[in-house]
Amino acid sequence: MREVAIIGTGMTSFGELWGQSLRGLFVEAALGAMETAGADTLDSIYVGNMSAGLFVGQEHLGPLMADHLGMRGVPATRIESACASGGMAIRSAFFEVASGASDLVLAAGVEKMNDGADVTGVLATASDQEEEVYYGITFPGLYAMIARAHMAAHGTTEEDLSWVSVKAHRNGAKNPKAQFRRVMSLEDVMGSSMVAEPLRLLHCSPVTDGAAAVLLCPLDRAKEFTDRPVKILASGAATSTLSLAQRPDPSHLDVVELSGKRAYEMAGLGPDQIDLAEIHDCFAISEICCVESLGFMEPGKGGEGAREGITDLGGRIPVNVSGGLKSKGHPVGATGVAQAVTVVEQLRGEAGELQVEGARIGMAQNMGGSGASSVVHIFQGA
Amino acid sequence: MPSPRYHREIPARYRLEAGRCTGCGKVAYPVRMVCPHCRGREFEALRLTPTGRVITSTVVHVPPDEFLNEAPYAMAIVETPEGARFMTQVVDCDPSEVGPGMDVELEFRLIRKEGQSGILCYGHKGVPAGVG
Amino acid sequence: MPGIVGYGAFIPRNRIRSEEIARQWGKDPATIQRGLLLEEKSVPGLDEDTITISVAAGRAALARSGIDPQKVGALYIGSESHPYAVKPSGTVVLEALGLGPDIHVADFEFACKAGTEAMSVALAMVESGRAEYAMGIGADTSQGAPNDALEFSASAGGAAYIFGKTDLLVEVLHTYSYTSDTPDFWRREGEFYPRHGGRFTGEPAYFHHVMSATKGILDRSGHKPSDFRYAVFHMPNGKFPLTAGKKMGFTQAQMEQGWVVNLMGNTYSGSSPTGLAAVLDIADPDDLILITSFGSGAGSDSFILRATDLLPERQGLAPAVRSMLDGPRKYLTYGQYAKLREKIVLNH
Repeated sequence: MREVAIIGTGMTSFGELWGQSLRGLFVEAALGAMETAGADTLDSIYVGNMSAGLFVGQEHLGPLMADHLGMRGVPATRIESACASGGMAIRSAFFEVASGASDLVLAAGVEKMNDGADVTGVLATASDQEEEVYYGITFPGLYAMIARAHMAAHGTTEEDLSWVSVKAHRNGAKNPKAQFRRVMSLEDVMGSSMVAEPLRLLHCSPVTDGAAAVLLCPLDRAKEFTDRPVKILASGAATSTLSLAQRPDPSHLDVVELSGKRAYEMAGLGPDQIDLAEIHDCFAISEICCVESLGFMEPGKGGEGAREGITDLGGRIPVNVSGGLKSKGHPVGATGVAQAVTVVEQLRGEAGELQVEGARIGMAQNMGGSGASSVVHIFQGA
Repeated sequence: MPSPRYHREIPARYRLEAGRCTGCGKVAYPVRMVCPHCRGREFEALRLTPTGRVITSTVVHVPPDEFLNEAPYAMAIVETPEGARFMTQVVDCDPSEVGPGMDVELEFRLIRKEGQSGILCYGHKGVPAGVG
Repeated sequence: MPGIVGYGAFIPRNRIRSEEIARQWGKDPATIQRGLLLEEKSVPGLDEDTITISVAAGRAALARSGIDPQKVGALYIGSESHPYAVKPSGTVVLEALGLGPDIHVADFEFACKAGTEAMSVALAMVESGRAEYAMGIGADTSQGAPNDALEFSASAGGAAYIFGKTDLLVEVLHTYSYTSDTPDFWRREGEFYPRHGGRFTGEPAYFHHVMSATKGILDRSGHKPSDFRYAVFHMPNGKFPLTAGKKMGFTQAQMEQGWVVNLMGNTYSGSSPTGLAAVLDIADPDDLILITSFGSGAGSDSFILRATDLLPERQGLAPAVRSMLDGPRKYLTYGQYAKLREKIVLNH
């Protein structure tokens, strides 16, 4: 396989973007990626999107987006893995370039959630319709059960969860693209209304519109486009049960551990060599479980991460310096690509106030459902 | 919910019909074609005992539309004596009483209505053991 | 002579006290309790209905009978609150109980008498030889109109009876029905609450039919009231059955055990069937039992039953009515009650 680099990135603001449509968001981000690379052709396009069909009644996004991008004729398709759609789009693009089949491949994620759909109902399609949703569970409810199991097994507290949100907002306040740019205190988080015990409103990522894009090409052509390419060292992915009841241990995100292991193996390195990570914090508990499953913290100790500053900007392993899904926003299909955009900017030294000093190797981990799919990419700056 | 999809699930939901893999002995509920543990393809039919123990749980305060008036309600992963796990509500008690280790009995209840004029959908919910 | 081979009952676990309903409407609780002899009634949850109650009662009946569910050749459910206007309760219940598909199923309606009707027809199926076993269930989750007298009594619950020819727990010795067109209580298609004729529901309706049916079965069987250990009458409120019983020569002691209405309310098609189940829970072998139901419209079914030697060993195989009445339960405020009974108009 050839080595692959990211040569351009693009991202819209994240938020309630009433004036922007699904296709408009995609084009804005995609153009950003192409223009920062100075590329004017594409060999292939992967659109990461969870559910445009249910949110805005639109399927068949490949040709639609190719056309609107001015790339009529270019092969394009949608990649879906619930909230991991974006990361999986990058993975597909990566292999198409690595295989030698294509040179310039765009991976762009987009989600338009605020056009009046029943968001709770649509998001629930990421979980098991027959076994879970039928009985009245919600997405927060599933993560709430994971939280409760983690608290029972490891003594994690509601305060531990809340520190994750506090950290997210502290970082997001400095991210010009973030949906929420307001610092939140521990009291703000712990006083917010209950959604599904023990998760409160401010433990949950918001409903967001947005898009993000990365342009890939073979490493040995990267210099034609940029003098600061970022190499994709690895892509690791895995699946687990959709239904939480079928998961061997509800407190353990085995899918994250497996996808992480595969990525570390492919990259030939371990958690200690990662300088920063963008991790899937759809709910505060997921960041805690993921830092454990990715080997950044001991099993059961994930709750100490945000609380003790270990995962702060400036800490041993900065997690979600972008503000994470919580503060930056979570346009479902776009998130995985937005994570990659953050890591690429960090590895190029372009992150401003949020820059992790000397960042050379970064990770993006993107998860679908209540831990049913996960994809991990490891990147290296030049 | 379209009727055919509901009708197919009746054996699992009404009678707790499950399958024990003849290869590894693990129980699949609802039944499947391929055993997720050993990939075996042969199963022996059984019905789960209508009792269980709560593995983990939550109390849903912000419900989906169909469950609006039932909130807040407790939901739990319940494990039956056969080792099968499934997720359902636990009712006829204060939701805050529901937690890991709680013993429940499974009772036949109305799970949801498909709006004002759609079909009624039934299944099993947990109630605290000994309350019957 | 066929008889009962299994019986079971189910009462939901929510309650509301009559004084709470009285408080809501500015009525004097003491007057209500004195006049109607009602303390509290059962209230179904949002997830309970005639079908779920029938399943619970049916499971208990099967447990006490010990028979193979596949041998039940007929299932009848009587209710005035079938969850569907068109689509039988019986088909959902048969699947949940593991009966069928070789089975005859029908839903019955005759106001509060539909339960004993289901039982009568189930009995007839066995008697005629068309079914080896047949189940008749009376269950309801009826509505009482807000600020109406019936709101104090309309409750939820039911009982199931399996009839067969062998290994009887209870013999059915005689049956008799008395019916006429008497419009004392009704609900038109599409209406949410029933209506009734006030005092007309008393003497010309309830008393006339209950007493005519009881007198009829006593005449035909040659029995007199003192022959019976227990008597169960339909319980629209606490007073009527005791008044009727006494008028006919039955004593408080005979009626006490089956008189469950003061704690349970009137479960309509489940009323006398549940009262009967309460009696069977404690009856001794050879005890003679009379039950007379009443359904508005109007009519009464009477049965004379005798407990057998087999009954005592089966009583404990499923929950007893009194243990459900006295067991874990939750008392509701009127607001909670109104929400559960869907009396509050919602935005759809």
